[in-house]
Amino acid sequence: MNVGTLAFLFIMTIFVNQALAAPPIKIGALFSVTGPASFLGEPERNTAQMVADEINRSGGIKGRQVQLIVYDTQGDSTKAVQAATRLIRQDHVSAIIGPSITGDTMAVIPIVEKAGVPLVSCAAGIKITEPVKSWVFKTAQNDSLAVAKIYEYLARHKIKRVAILTVSDSFGSSGREQLKLNAAKYGIQIISDDTYGPKDTDMTPQLTKIRNSQAQALICWGTNPGPAIVARNAKQLGVKIPLYMSHGVSSKKFIELAGDAAEGIILPSGRVLVADLLPNSDRQKKTLLSFVKDYQNHFKKEGDHFGGHAWDAMMLVKTAIERGGDKPSDIRAQLEKIRNFPGIGGVFTYTPKDHSGLNKDAFVLVEIKGKDWVLVH
Amino acid sequence: MPSMKKELLTFFLFAMAVVIAPLFFSGGYLMNVLVFVGINTMLAVALNLLLGFAGQISLGHAAFFGLGAYISGVLTATCGYSPWLTLIIASTATSVLAFVLGFPILKLKGHYLAMATLGFGIIVYIAFNETVDITAGPSGLTGIPNYSIGSFQFDSDTKNYYLIWAFTLVTILLSVNLANSRIGRALRAIHDSETAARVMGVNAGFLKVQIFTLSALISSVAGCLYAHTMTFISPASFGFNFSIELVTMVVVGGLGSIYGSFFGAALLTLLPEFLRTFQDFDILVYGLILILMIMFMPGGIVRGIPEIAGALLPAFKRTRGENA
Amino acid sequence: MNFASQILQYLLSGLSTGAIYSLIGLGFAIIFNSTGIINFAQGEFVMLGGMLTYFFLSVVKVPFAAAMLLAVITSTATGVIFERLAIRPLKQPTHLNLVIITIGGSIFIRGLAMIVWGKDTHTIPTFYGSAPITLEGATILPQHLWIFGITFLVIIINKLFFFYSISGKAMRACAYNRNAASLVGIDVKRMVLFSFAISSSMGAIAGMIAAPLTMTSYDVGIMLGLKGFCAAIIGGMSGGIGTVLGGMILGVLESMGAGLISSGYKDAIAFIILLLILFVRPQGLFRKAETERV
Repeated sequence: MNVGTLAFLFIMTIFVNQALAAPPIKIGALFSVTGPASFLGEPERNTAQMVADEINRSGGIKGRQVQLIVYDTQGDSTKAVQAATRLIRQDHVSAIIGPSITGDTMAVIPIVEKAGVPLVSCAAGIKITEPVKSWVFKTAQNDSLAVAKIYEYLARHKIKRVAILTVSDSFGSSGREQLKLNAAKYGIQIISDDTYGPKDTDMTPQLTKIRNSQAQALICWGTNPGPAIVARNAKQLGVKIPLYMSHGVSSKKFIELAGDAAEGIILPSGRVLVADLLPNSDRQKKTLLSFVKDYQNHFKKEGDHFGGHAWDAMMLVKTAIERGGDKPSDIRAQLEKIRNFPGIGGVFTYTPKDHSGLNKDAFVLVEIKGKDWVLVH
Repeated sequence: MPSMKKELLTFFLFAMAVVIAPLFFSGGYLMNVLVFVGINTMLAVALNLLLGFAGQISLGHAAFFGLGAYISGVLTATCGYSPWLTLIIASTATSVLAFVLGFPILKLKGHYLAMATLGFGIIVYIAFNETVDITAGPSGLTGIPNYSIGSFQFDSDTKNYYLIWAFTLVTILLSVNLANSRIGRALRAIHDSETAARVMGVNAGFLKVQIFTLSALISSVAGCLYAHTMTFISPASFGFNFSIELVTMVVVGGLGSIYGSFFGAALLTLLPEFLRTFQDFDILVYGLILILMIMFMPGGIVRGIPEIAGALLPAFKRTRGENA
Repeated sequence: MNFASQILQYLLSGLSTGAIYSLIGLGFAIIFNSTGIINFAQGEFVMLGGMLTYFFLSVVKVPFAAAMLLAVITSTATGVIFERLAIRPLKQPTHLNLVIITIGGSIFIRGLAMIVWGKDTHTIPTFYGSAPITLEGATILPQHLWIFGITFLVIIINKLFFFYSISGKAMRACAYNRNAASLVGIDVKRMVLFSFAISSSMGAIAGMIAAPLTMTSYDVGIMLGLKGFCAAIIGGMSGGIGTVLGGMILGVLESMGAGLISSGYKDAIAFIILLLILFVRPQGLFRKAETERV
């Protein structure tokens, strides 16, 4: 045997090995990593990548490596549609996680429904899974649940007249819709309904109006930095009524931005924020603590509520593949069978009629005291 | 000025290329991209009529695109009208608005015109965002039906490609005709010097409004096509960013060149695909490309590439001569 | 709280926002007056002012005053580099090409900021004092007084520079007629550079004094730039009191609109007013009508 033949056989072995090696499992991801919703997309992308790397480090799913293909939608539904089409037709993914926002998700739904590829969205809009669509799931808690949590508390404290101040993007407008829809159920009357723009820097006009009204409480629905400005403006104007926020600001960043004005604000939050305050009997505590630690190790930042949505999506898809294989229809069928899965956003139970998987226990009510979170009971 | 016959031949060849392209790409991802290239070409050509020929800056053209999309979208999704009917309603309504606004807006020049169109674009965007009861606001409008003729639905990329490009080809043909007509010459005269044109008897004011209206009409039709292809629209797609993208397409392609607008639209639609590899750096690269294009190819691709080729060719010939 | 103090609050809030718009608008006007260019990247210098102050203060950890100084110097340097690399070499400086290149510049600077500093919002501390000051039922913060004061100072310095110093007068000469100016020996290219330097430093100052209240992130430049541009147009692109009044008017209209009419449409109200002004009196409220040579 001369060197040439040996070399040839060597190369052939490698080729054959590659051909026989199990092809990777392809999971697509759509996140708004840049653009106005980047505070969602970036932690979500980081988390998804972290989970994929971890899965691969521990041997993959059933021996096959996971290949995560992430595309940035820039918060633009046109780009979301193009990216989704590319994931399905060119990259041939078995499932898609994301998008980060409701708008992008709604745009992509017709595409995944037609192509028969399961979508596990990280967006909060209730319209995503109501009415239920066979290929669409979500991991972020419905904003209706957050609203219910606040209203419950208000009703318990006999507060009847509220003013709402919501941001004019899809998070805020969805929240506003839910606030209006559910008010009567809790005996609450919305006497003042104002909005502010995502990039506004001064909300004193709206707050002046609210201060003059008969409102007993103010509910602000938005994501950083708007609510921080609202809190500071409220302090400046000497607004005396209690301030409630949405889960959009359930991050240390809010406390940092709002400073002293954050004191005493109550908001609903996923359990990840107060993982160390939870009783040991809490089903999610172990998962939460390890997520927070992992994220901190990887990215030197606090693992937050938003990254958690991506964690849940990845782990749910992983569980589905482990149980049924990576054909899109099998993944879908397995997702529907998931019961009591402890994730970051809550404990997930999907059924054929419920693709959102969570109820209002997914939220806890927290109060900001001394620049930190305290559970409210 | 190329002869009409040559122009028609170019158009025919282009149309042929458009018609047979799906044979190569059907069912693939590129098909989806080509659909959007079609819409963007239509928009770019429409804007070019205003920007390249008549020389009037518009930084708010996404508004007309959006008006077409929302009027048609809302009337079909919420009120159940037929998409073909709403196409006519939307384009008519938008044209009327453009006509009425055109008179005061086009009296302005240069930066004032830029600012006015910018302001108009933002006002329309805010209207889309705030009238939640009609447009479903920032979360977007869902459930917009596809176009259909009888039981034939335009529900796949290939079918929508043909539908959209049919309109786009008509737009290009229209523009080619316009460019080579009296009106086209009058527009170019206005571009060079409005006062001189008026002195020569061109009714500059009215002509500008007419071309503004035509441009808006075409953009609104593109909006309808977009809405019924995506079946979902949200205000974010019709804001300031997209207006700037459109202007960039026209300028990068080459002001006043109709096929340049196609190249500009194609380039800017395909660019994000290419930029995906850069991940977070893609915005940086986009800005850089804009700057470099203007610096080195201010006349756009259609003029820049031949220029570069022309400069390289003699050098090429010289080396060959030396080696021979 | 009665109606009068409500209105007063709207007025005060509007004036302080308006002061910021004035400073940004002056930046636009200065470049426009010397070069005829509308610098769409102006908003990004505002962003740089705030972000750089945060950077030097919290990351590099220099004292506050030094951080501000470094921020202004760095922003000015960015403005100069931008002019040198992107504007000066332009072969065909048509209106449109300049608009696009400055837009490209703004995208680039914004992208750079995003990569270097990330997408988070950041705070910087207020200059001095944080207790609200009450006036007949309306309140403002000490930072607002700083904003008014510094804006006023900048305007006076501006006026002195443009009307009483040689360089300032030279720049105004370029605005009237570039060819004539260069014929009398003014280095037009250098004046263009100066105007960019001055505008970017003013933008940075505007960003710095606003950031303690508005917080700062990589993308605050877009909307602020637009509003500043509006202010300049309302004021007739004047390098002085006209633009300042333009900014104040814009800020107050926004504030009143948000409080009295509708908070969702407040930006629309501002732009509608702008359109009306452009339709009826395009030279702005404070300038006599222009005649144009044909």
